[in-house]
Amino acid sequence: MIGQFIQTFFIYNYNFTEQTAGNPTVAVMIFIAMLLTGFGVYDRLAQFAGAGSAVPVTGFGNAIISAAIEHRSEGFILGVGGNMFKLAGSVIMSGVFAAFIVGLIKTLLIQWGAL
Amino acid sequence: MIFFWAFVVGGIICVIGQIMFDVFKLTPAHTLSALVVAGAVLDGFGLYEPLIDFAGAGATIPITSFGNALVHGAMEEAQKHGLVGVVTGMFEVTSAGISAAIIFGTLAALIFKPKG
Amino acid sequence: MRTWEFEQQPVIVSTGTVGGPFEANGRLADDFDTLHGDLWLNEDTYEKAHKVLFEEASLRATEKAGLTKEQVDFFIGGDLINQITPTSFTAKTIGAGYFGLFGACSTSMEGLALSAFIINNGGAKCIVTGSASHNAAVEKQFRYPTEYGAQNPPTSQWTVTGAGASVVMAQGEGPVVTSATIGKVVDMGLTDPMNMGGAMAPAAVDTIETHFRDRNIDASHYDLIATGDLGHIGREVAFDLMKKHGTDIPEEKFQDCGLMIYREDQPVLAGASGAGCSAVVTYGHLLNRMKKGELRRILVVATGALLSPLTFQQGETIPCIAHAVSIEYGGGSL
Repeated sequence: MIGQFIQTFFIYNYNFTEQTAGNPTVAVMIFIAMLLTGFGVYDRLAQFAGAGSAVPVTGFGNAIISAAIEHRSEGFILGVGGNMFKLAGSVIMSGVFAAFIVGLIKTLLIQWGAL
Repeated sequence: MIFFWAFVVGGIICVIGQIMFDVFKLTPAHTLSALVVAGAVLDGFGLYEPLIDFAGAGATIPITSFGNALVHGAMEEAQKHGLVGVVTGMFEVTSAGISAAIIFGTLAALIFKPKG
Repeated sequence: MRTWEFEQQPVIVSTGTVGGPFEANGRLADDFDTLHGDLWLNEDTYEKAHKVLFEEASLRATEKAGLTKEQVDFFIGGDLINQITPTSFTAKTIGAGYFGLFGACSTSMEGLALSAFIINNGGAKCIVTGSASHNAAVEKQFRYPTEYGAQNPPTSQWTVTGAGASVVMAQGEGPVVTSATIGKVVDMGLTDPMNMGGAMAPAAVDTIETHFRDRNIDASHYDLIATGDLGHIGREVAFDLMKKHGTDIPEEKFQDCGLMIYREDQPVLAGASGAGCSAVVTYGHLLNRMKKGELRRILVVATGALLSPLTFQQGETIPCIAHAVSIEYGGGSL
């Protein structure tokens, strides 16, 4: 339920700025996530909002950004580079693989004239 | 009216996520992965676009739309180039989100220190 | 027999406790020797800050005992970081013989029990023992990046930033270590790392009951039985379990270090935990109360969950342990 409140906050922001083209908005949302994460606000917000802050795209940004900040101490290449996707990687992996399977099936069906 | 439905649909997706956290004791990584796969599969059946038309940002902002966007990019390229398009077009639409996350993540590592 | 009785009466001659900013706002702030306002302790990584915490506590303890580093025979300690590196770097600074321990949050009493045993049997004259944890360094290793917005369930516990050390000697003034019961690993098959208190409770109960049986005493022997970091949930589980076994402990006598250190209004969910928690509470708060005469005989039961992020991800259960040490002060006989 609390997730909804957070959600509306984002939705109002979103609808006021961009109605159709989503891409710039996504980038802006992730920029906001960076600021919230960097100033140590996001983790506190999440303790009370739960999935309300994890499920929106800002949660994806937070996963990457928090890992990047955390592992700065191990150096830029091994620390930041190697750990940036340690949380978000699973989302990209499952998303890309699922999209590949779906895309494959759909394309084959179209080519066979089934769709 | 779009605000109302955005609120409801976005909220419902988040509540599903919360249930997966609390009732099924899944980690955030498992929950988010499952939602992304769900988004991809829904788009495969052509169900996600109507949801976006209906709920606007309520359907595009949650992570499920990432799965939807991946399938979309893949399908658009596939229509032009066939099967190879599924692979080459995958990140067509989602590029903004991922690139932004990498760029801002790297910047953040330069600027911020973990607060604890 | 898992209980040692120490006839030679090894003495805790001095202690050193260091805490972080969150602890400074806690209930026991007055019982710390040093409190830091900044989690970084002027270091550039949390791991280095972790080492500094432990160094400060150990050096403070030796200083208060009027000793130099050269007079310390052994250093026995541990923490929660991979390969207990903060402890090893502290051992380098102290330069004494070094035993590195890993007992998770039970390390504090494991170290004190071993120190007392070595002193009691003439193996050394002076031992520094302790344990430490640093909230951000430990969270980074066991959970998520500190800035990641993961929601911690109400059963999870807050890792203490703090280090507690003590100097144990064959002779001197101070509280006496009278006995120790070494725990065995108890694994009830629980797998939720966000509810470690509940997982550790059976280990604590096993050690307490073994201690009573081996020494042929009951709870009335002690003024206080303090478990190390069971938290609200674990404490209740342990209490119910003992009731079921017919072990009678009055509720007000059965307290938990993880519930003493912070105030009610601090956002710690089920309570505190971490290798430093039972160390700072015992070496700071509890020994101070003994010196004031409020407590004469106490039993500290430090509990540890011996999991790693790897074993949890591989679906293993959480093995738990508890070590009990009894401390007496004020001319009490054995």
